Amino acid sequence: MSNLSLIVVLLVLLALGYQLGMSRSRKVATVNSDLRMHSRPHHYGMMVGLWAVLPAFFILLLWLWLSPAVINAMMVAQLPAEVTALSDEQLRVVSQRISNLASNFGVVADAEAWELSAAEHLRQLKANSAIVLTALMAVIAAIGMLLSLQKITPRLKARHQVERVVKALLVLCSTVAILTTIGIVLSMVGETLKFFSYIPPTEFFFGTTWNPRFSTVGVGEQGDFGLVPLLAGTTLIAGIAMFVAIPLGLMVAVYLAEYAPVKLRNTAKPMIEVLAGIPTIVYGFFALVTVGPFLRDLGHAVGLDINATSALTAGVVMGIMIIPFISSLSDDIITQVPKSMRDGSLGLGATKSETILKVVLPAALPGIVGAILLAVSRAIGETMIVVLAAGNSPALTANPFEAVSTVTVTIVNQLTGDNDFSSPQSLVAFALGLTLFVITLLLNVMALVIVRKYREQYE
Amino acid sequence: MTIIAENPIKPVAAPSHVQQKVIASLNKRHRKEKLFRSLGLGAVLISLGLVAVLFINIFSKGLPAFWQSAVTLDIYFDPAIIKIPPKPVQQADESDNDFRQRDLSWQTEVGFINFNRLITDSLQKVLPDASKHRRDLTRMVTSGERFALRDMVVADPAIIGQTRTLHLLTDANIDVWLKGNIDRSLPDAQQQLSPKLREWADKLKAEGIIQNRFSLALFMNPDSRSSLASAGLAGAFMGSFYMMLVVILLAVPMGVAAAIYLEEFAPRNKLTDLVEVNINNLAAVPSIVFGLLGASVLIGWFNLPMSAPIVGGLVLSLMTLPTVIIATRSTLKAIPPSIRQAALGLGASKMQSIFHHVLPLAIPGILTGAILGVAQALGETAPLLLIGMKSFVASVPASPFEQASALPVQIYLWQGNELRNFFEARTSAAIIVLLLMMIGLNGLAIWLRKKYEKRW
Repeated sequence: MSNLSLIVVLLVLLALGYQLGMSRSRKVATVNSDLRMHSRPHHYGMMVGLWAVLPAFFILLLWLWLSPAVINAMMVAQLPAEVTALSDEQLRVVSQRISNLASNFGVVADAEAWELSAAEHLRQLKANSAIVLTALMAVIAAIGMLLSLQKITPRLKARHQVERVVKALLVLCSTVAILTTIGIVLSMVGETLKFFSYIPPTEFFFGTTWNPRFSTVGVGEQGDFGLVPLLAGTTLIAGIAMFVAIPLGLMVAVYLAEYAPVKLRNTAKPMIEVLAGIPTIVYGFFALVTVGPFLRDLGHAVGLDINATSALTAGVVMGIMIIPFISSLSDDIITQVPKSMRDGSLGLGATKSETILKVVLPAALPGIVGAILLAVSRAIGETMIVVLAAGNSPALTANPFEAVSTVTVTIVNQLTGDNDFSSPQSLVAFALGLTLFVITLLLNVMALVIVRKYREQYE
Repeated sequence: MTIIAENPIKPVAAPSHVQQKVIASLNKRHRKEKLFRSLGLGAVLISLGLVAVLFINIFSKGLPAFWQSAVTLDIYFDPAIIKIPPKPVQQADESDNDFRQRDLSWQTEVGFINFNRLITDSLQKVLPDASKHRRDLTRMVTSGERFALRDMVVADPAIIGQTRTLHLLTDANIDVWLKGNIDRSLPDAQQQLSPKLREWADKLKAEGIIQNRFSLALFMNPDSRSSLASAGLAGAFMGSFYMMLVVILLAVPMGVAAAIYLEEFAPRNKLTDLVEVNINNLAAVPSIVFGLLGASVLIGWFNLPMSAPIVGGLVLSLMTLPTVIIATRSTLKAIPPSIRQAALGLGASKMQSIFHHVLPLAIPGILTGAILGVAQALGETAPLLLIGMKSFVASVPASPFEQASALPVQIYLWQGNELRNFFEARTSAAIIVLLLMMIGLNGLAIWLRKKYEKRW
């Protein structure tokens, strides 16, 4: 039986145990009518169901974790002596071939007789393993169900048992977020260390040329893996994006929070926030086919040489994408500034704009800085716009009219090409990813700390 | 008592020197006020204008692509061309497997038939001068249509010998030519089509034999490279559908459970503080980093298949999880403690008070957050590229474990197609489909919020 159908069977068992437990508890209640049952019938039902399913489920997990290694060892033990004498590395290749043969999947050329017999053996072992697993799970589930049915008495605290399991489940789910972070860090650190075994970190962090070349297998010519041009491109584009987004976003926030009539605010705010919900690939396409050619023609008209795919194109479009981030975050922060501060300023005779510029904005400044930092981290991590519209040319330049490349673009290029997965050409993607992760992490933490401090100030 | 030197109400005819200064500075300040205000209004208008430009641009480019040139032909399923044995029928003494083998070999035989002949023959009837340009004739209809004819014969062999009126998609280049998406004054060397084909296309269009028809191919077909005019979104749509299914089944329940624990049960200490900071951070980690996680952990360690929606769904689930957690927590926070206290006071356990009383009240808010999370996942492209979904897939996936594309990835692939003047419109059409789905989801979320929103 496949693992999926085993899980379906377990779910059926859960329902069965639930029904049995409920009816059993009702019977117990009628027999001992002088005693009050501790829990509701469905608690007893749930308890029986869980006792039937959970131990069997753990057996399944354990089996899935351990059985491949055991089966492989048993298969290898049957191999001819001259094969088992091979080194670990070669042995792994042999067992891969045999498992390909056994599953009829993957290409195996010229199978020898002993390989075929080993494959047959492996197939047999796998079939046996499935039978043993199914039988074991059936026995465990039956024992669990019968024992827990027996245990049902008025005194049994079924609800406590069930609630303990539910709580454990809740805890488990809330650790997933932490596990994800740990997974991100561990996987990237591992691959990055592998990368640094080919290329020294100093060369990576301080090199000024990015030219990884192409390699099919780990060895061969080594390229230049200098991070600096990529970081420069990222900074350039993020800078242009901020140059577009900060003034527009801030003015939108100020106008909507302080001036706009309620009706305008209620229609304009969600419409601008639509910009935040549009997928970035759409922005990328927009930049590539509309904004890029437009900027190029505009450049022609004033005598500038602007590439259609350039830092400017990507930056401007990314700025448009970021407007709603800045505007809605700043809007929240501006409306949080206490009314008394505005009243004080207006009462002293300041005009509204003077109040905003000299009282409200300075009071809201930390929060706005936090919002801007979040937006910067978003701009640095943005991928699809730059993949399509930045031109992908990793040259060290400060000219916004030229094509550049960024950290994210390079990650996509290095991992989606035909590079061997264990070559430095592929591994560098993880080093770049880790760099990106650390930079955005720092920005986010800084922003969170600033925003939190600010909130405390007025609450 | 001294006499106050300055009387505030001094009715004078001519303003004094000081007053003049005050008036001048007031005027200046009011001008500044007006300027600032109009700057704000300008920013709002520019932003709204940008939204409008984006939408008008995409829609004006993409809408025409929903209609495609199709040539209406009477196709005669000529028995002289379709020479095949009768379709096999399962015999009583035949096993299922044997029958399937026989049926497959029959289908292979059908596949060898030159269905192009059927099309060129009926084209010749409407194009008198066609016999001299047979090579051009075969390029009139997109190559995918002969497989459509084959499928018709396989589905119902009785069709042989009959005549059917069919709307066949023209070649992509003819569609481009007729829609005016290529400069007609270009010299022959730069035109994709031969002069004869261009002449024919114009003639058939004028006669009404080629018409612009609503393109079902865009929705019903998977992607194609050999027959560009019939490339469609069906495969990408199913891929996205499976991924959203995984996200809904994994990220939403897990996120809600995590939020319940963190909001209702977790003690306030260093550890839960760390979890909280961690979740806020995870929500702001660039999506491409999740793609790296998928590439190295899910594909590298767990050996899950490349390009499969299950892997994409897992990656997107991890990415959506923080969004769902944060939305659920803020909903739970908004539910007044009196609800919990009332339940606890009547003797409910904490678990009962939450699952029977707090959670039902929180469901609209949780749903809103979940829908927004799913919408965000639906539009995500970058992490999918890293787990191999960039590859070309010419079939509709039947399960989440098969190779598939996704809607945003399909957009990425189409925008890079060499036949620019055809695929620019088709990409925009795909974007319209994606945007409509996003708008639908967001609209649903807003409607839910409006309908069930409660102010305590």
